[in-house]
Order: sequence, then C-alpha cells, then structure tokens
Amino acid sequence: MQIGRVGRFFAAMSTMAIIVAACGGSSATTAPTTKPATTAPASNQPATAAATTAPTSAAPATATAAAPPTSYDSPLPLPSGVPTSIGAGEGQVTVLNWPGYVENGSSDPTVDWVTPFQDATGCQVTYQNFGTSDEAFSLFSTNPDKYDVISASGDASLRLVRAGYVQPVNVDLIDSYADIYSTLKDRPYNTVDGLHYGVPHGRGSNLLMWRTDTVTPAPTSWAQMFAADSGYKVSVYDAPIYIADAAVVLMSTQPSLGITNPYALDQTQFDAAVALLQQERPNITDFWVDYTKQMDVFRNGDANVGTTWQIITNLLQGEKPPVPVDVIKPVEGATGWSDTWMINSKTRHINCAYKLVNWLTSPAVNIQIAEWFGEAPGNSKACDLASDPSFCDTFHAADNDPFWDNVWYWQTPEAQCVDGRTNATCMDFGQWVDAWQQIKG
Amino acid sequence: MTAGSVDRGERPRRSARRSLAAALDRHPRLRLLLLLGLPLVALGVIYFGSLFVLFLNAFWSRDAFTGLVVREFTLANFQKLTSPLFITVVLRTLTMAAAVTITCAVVAFPIAYFMARVASPRLRGALVVAVLMPLWASYLIKAYSWRLILAQDGVLNWVLQPLGLEGPGYGEVGLWLVFVYLWLPYMVLPIYAGLERIPNSLLEASADLGGRGWRTFRHVILPLAFPAVVAGSIFTFSLTMGDYIAPGLVAGGKQFIGNLILSNFGVPDLPLAAAQSLVPLAIMVLYLIVARRLGAFEAL
Repeated sequence: MQIGRVGRFFAAMSTMAIIVAACGGSSATTAPTTKPATTAPASNQPATAAATTAPTSAAPATATAAAPPTSYDSPLPLPSGVPTSIGAGEGQVTVLNWPGYVENGSSDPTVDWVTPFQDATGCQVTYQNFGTSDEAFSLFSTNPDKYDVISASGDASLRLVRAGYVQPVNVDLIDSYADIYSTLKDRPYNTVDGLHYGVPHGRGSNLLMWRTDTVTPAPTSWAQMFAADSGYKVSVYDAPIYIADAAVVLMSTQPSLGITNPYALDQTQFDAAVALLQQERPNITDFWVDYTKQMDVFRNGDANVGTTWQIITNLLQGEKPPVPVDVIKPVEGATGWSDTWMINSKTRHINCAYKLVNWLTSPAVNIQIAEWFGEAPGNSKACDLASDPSFCDTFHAADNDPFWDNVWYWQTPEAQCVDGRTNATCMDFGQWVDAWQQIKG
Repeated sequence: MTAGSVDRGERPRRSARRSLAAALDRHPRLRLLLLLGLPLVALGVIYFGSLFVLFLNAFWSRDAFTGLVVREFTLANFQKLTSPLFITVVLRTLTMAAAVTITCAVVAFPIAYFMARVASPRLRGALVVAVLMPLWASYLIKAYSWRLILAQDGVLNWVLQPLGLEGPGYGEVGLWLVFVYLWLPYMVLPIYAGLERIPNSLLEASADLGGRGWRTFRHVILPLAFPAVVAGSIFTFSLTMGDYIAPGLVAGGKQFIGNLILSNFGVPDLPLAAAQSLVPLAIMVLYLIVARRLGAFEAL
C-alpha cells in the first residue's frame, strides 16, 4: 500500500518532469528555427533606393524652429527631416555597441561615462553589446526601431546605409566633428553621396596574441600562425570577414596573386585565401565571437596563439594571477576597424541620440573609451586628456601615423570590387559567408 | 454587486446565472468551445502559424548586400541544402544524436531498473530526486561548466594526469560526453516509469514457468520496457539534434545543424535558415512516426 502510493507519486512526478522536459526540449529545438521566421517580415524595406528615401521618411525632427543649415562640411544640403538643432531630451536612448564602448560601471565600477551623461541630460541609456558586425546588422535589421544609436564598423555601416536603417547626421550639431581626425572622415563606409551617416569614433588593428610561456620563439608574422605545421593551438575570430586576414597574409607571401585590398578578392584570390584558411583549420581549436570566450581558451591553455583585440590582452594581463600573454601587430599588417556612431532612421529619441553621440565623441569621453577598449581615439583633442601620457603614442592615434598604412579597416566585400578594379568581378559578401561555413566544416 | 453579494432572496440574479448554466447544459458544443478555445488558438495560431511563416520564408530569398528578405518565390534555398557542407553537417548531427541516444539508453536502463525494481521506497525517492536535481540547474550553467571541465587546464585533465591519460578536449567526443550528461534524466524517467508499470505477476509467471533472471529480463521485461526506451529516445534525439549552444561551446568549431541555422540568422540569411530548419523538423516527424509504431506514445 505504502509502496504503491509512493510509486504513484513518483510516477506522477516523473510524468510531470517529462512534460516539462518536452516543453523545454521543443522550445530549445524550435527557438532558432521559428525566430527568423517570425522576425523576418519586419525587414520588408526594399533594399534599392532605400538609402535616399528612408532618411526623409523617418527621423522626427526636433520641435524647435528650423534654422537654415550653416554647413561648412556638407557639400549637399541635408535632406528634410534631419534635425537642424538639438531640442530637449526624450528621456531615454538605446544603444547597440561593441563591448566596452558604452560603460555604466557594471563591468568595472571605475569605468563609467554613462552615469554622468544621464545626470547631465536626463536621457536614460540602455545598451546592448554585440560580438560581430554581422550580429549587429542582424539585431538592427530585425528590430528596426529598437536601437537609437549604433557603433558600426566599416563592414556593417555601408550595409546599414544601403538598407535605409540609419540617417544622415547633421555634423554641424556635433561639437567635436571638426576635431575628428581627417583620415577617419569622408570614408566610403561612413559618407555616401556627400552625406555623413555618422561620426567617426576610433580605430584599431586586429592583433596577434600568444602565450609567452608555451610559445617560443615569439611569433612575428601571421604566416607563422597560418602555417599548417605551426604546432600552435589557434584561436580565430568567428566571422566571414576573417577571410580578409588570410588575404592580408597572401598579400606578402604570394604577391603574384595581385591582391591590393583584402576585401576586393576575385575568384582566384578568394580561392587562395580560402585554401590558406583550410590549411590552418586543423590547428584552430577555438572560434570566438564573445571575447570572454577567447579569454577562457587562453587562460585554460586550449589556445596559445590567436587573433585578438588589445582589450582582451589587457584584461588577461590584468587578471590575478596574470595570464602570460603578449601581443603584436605582425609584419604583414593586419585587418582592423574604424568605427562610426550612427543614428537610426526610425529613432523616436533623436535629441537624446544626438546628445549621446556628442557625449561619446567629446574629447573627455572619447579618450576614456579608447583607453578602456584599447584603440586609437577618433578625436584629435582626446589625447591631451589621456590618463597615461604615452597612450596615444602606443596606439598610434596621430592622423597620419604610418602604423595605419598596412591596416585594412573592415569593409563589406561587394561584387563590384572595392579596390576600384573594373576588369574583374569580386566575391560578394554572400560568397564570403558560404566560404566561411565551408572552412569551419 | 458581485456574485458574493447575491443572497437567496434575489431571484433575478440567480436566474441569470441559472439560465447561463442551463444554456451551457443544453449546448454541449458551446461548452466545448469555451473550454478548448484558448488552447486551440494557442496551438493553431501561435504554434502552427509560426511554423507556416517559417515554411513560407524558406521560399524567399535575401538581398546579398543588405541581407533584407526579398519576397519572391524561389527554390534556391532548397538547392543549397544539397551542398556537401550541409549534408556533412546533417550526417554529423544525426550520428551525434544516435550516439547520444544509444549511450543514454545503455546508461539509463540500469539506473531506472534499480530505481523501479530493486531500491527500497526510501532509496527510490532519493534516487528520483537525484536524477531530477540536474534539471533544476540552468542548461547554460551546465554547458559552460563542461566547457571548463573539458579545458586543457580543466578538472578532467587534472584528474586524468596522474594516470597518464588525457581528456578528449574540445571536439566531437567531448560534445558527446556533454550531451549524454545533459539529456540522461530525460531517458531515465520514462524508462523508470515504464519499468514500474510492469506487473509483478508477469515476473512471477515467468519464474513459475522456469524463466531465470536473464531469460525473464530478455523476454518479459525488455519487450515491455522497450516502448519506454523509445519514448526516452525521442527526447535525447530531438534535443541533441536541435542544440547549438553546447556545440558552440565544446565542439571546437565543428558545426551542427543548429550552428548553421544560427550563423545564417547572424549573416543574416533568414530564408536559408528557414529552409535549413525544415530539415531537422522533417527528421523529427519521421522519427515520431516510427516511435509511434513502436508504441512509444502509449509509454508516455
């Protein structure tokens, strides 16, 4: 009797557990499948001509009276709808950003430039980090009116402009715009048809990191890392754009291929880059997107050489006990990024968005972000405010520093070669995506 | 005002309630509609509706540069499903799902048998709690823990080092271990329930007819418990097939169906992701048809 009752109780319990399990299971299996389907219809804007039509259709201008634009930088008059002055804040602003660009003290209590902004403007900042430009673009395009401001690298920014997701910025309203390094302004990935689609923020180079205790001698070139017989355990960035890193290697190891820009690869050049990655593939133990994941593998010895960002090295060296790692920009040069703060064409918080972009690109904040993330600031007046006087020299902030001569900022590959060739057809980004999946296997 | 304030003297209100009750009593279909309306909407619109949108998306394409969905009918996404990469990934996923399912069945059966047939009631209760306990912890925590366990400088290698051995590290073997750990309770519980349902009289009859332990197990217990094993396998198989988080953490870059779908969500190529999603869906439908034939649904 007693046993029977207990048995029934547990039978009921286990049935319940199974039901719970079944629900959990089905949601686990269907979540990735249904999400694209339900969110897809949101992105129904025609891609063509969107760049010119979207900004006018969106961007509620400020309530304040419109003054005639006194533009010294914009060759063309701004489309209607672009604000001509910054009014009172709407109370909130949402940002989609690279990790480390927007900090409110939750990563490190001493790293906080959001709270002073909130206190000064009354705009409450919500932010979300992303790990790759593709993730950023996907999040932005599937939630077209969620994010007011985005930090876009060159391989996302032009896509955002073409799709009509971001609006031209009236740079007269950006206090620091004149102080932004001229080499970062008017680039094809942030300025289209004479319209500035954002404010350049800073730049950096992807770097080669290694464990100093297990890798001797220290590597000096990417070619060593890509070699089939390197004996390294390699950690690489998990995004199709990483194929460009292989192309950078080929630019110095196989000059006969004639690669002049790692984002403009014709079929032969592309095949060579893919082959180089396939040769490296057996040594790759880790693909990282989330930078804490790369920190894991370096800390635990699952990788001892890899492509990294300065911030990751800084964090690993700052741990207790420190992880013995060092970092260089290899001899071949490197891929890198030049980021731009952009504003959503459908934003409902345009004034807070402008205030925030102003805040983030101001010298005092720009240098904080640059020092925290480990990159060169975009504002030429920022360096004077660095807490470490040698910081800007270390990161080659100066406008025409030769350091950047062989750094290739991320850019979206297109069929019409981005290096200007007209006698060749280049692999478009879709083909890069397919190839990247093939490489991962 | 409210129903609570109605006292026995208020005839009209009572009659209103009564007439409603009477109407419901006279119209069984209305009763049924009120009872099942909400669940039917949930199942029909939300569940099948989203599946339908998924299906529809698979026939669209996307703009290569901006990733926006282009709503023109095309079969290109299905042609891409025949690519060598996708076939390799599907086979890898199916092999993993089969290996995990078989391992779970082999490991779970003795546990479930002991719980259902050998253990004292007190011990049985403790064991059920022990099996259920891991389900109370977040899946993510468990997956990340395994990432640390399997790491080069992780616990597993630390334990194995004195024996001169080395753990599997990140890769397919490591992932197989993680999946077996994660899904084992989903196999133990159905088998336990199935074994417990076997009447003692059948075992006694087998013994009376001269059946010894192994013979009874082979010809009485196993056939009766088999539907329960199949029922458990539905969970282990489908959960393994759909997962992308554990492979992302411990597979060392090896891709499974879920990872491919996820990466197409990130690109974004939602129509291709939709087409790819239909593959595991189709496989599971086939699996469930076979499982039903084997009596798994009666065992649940």
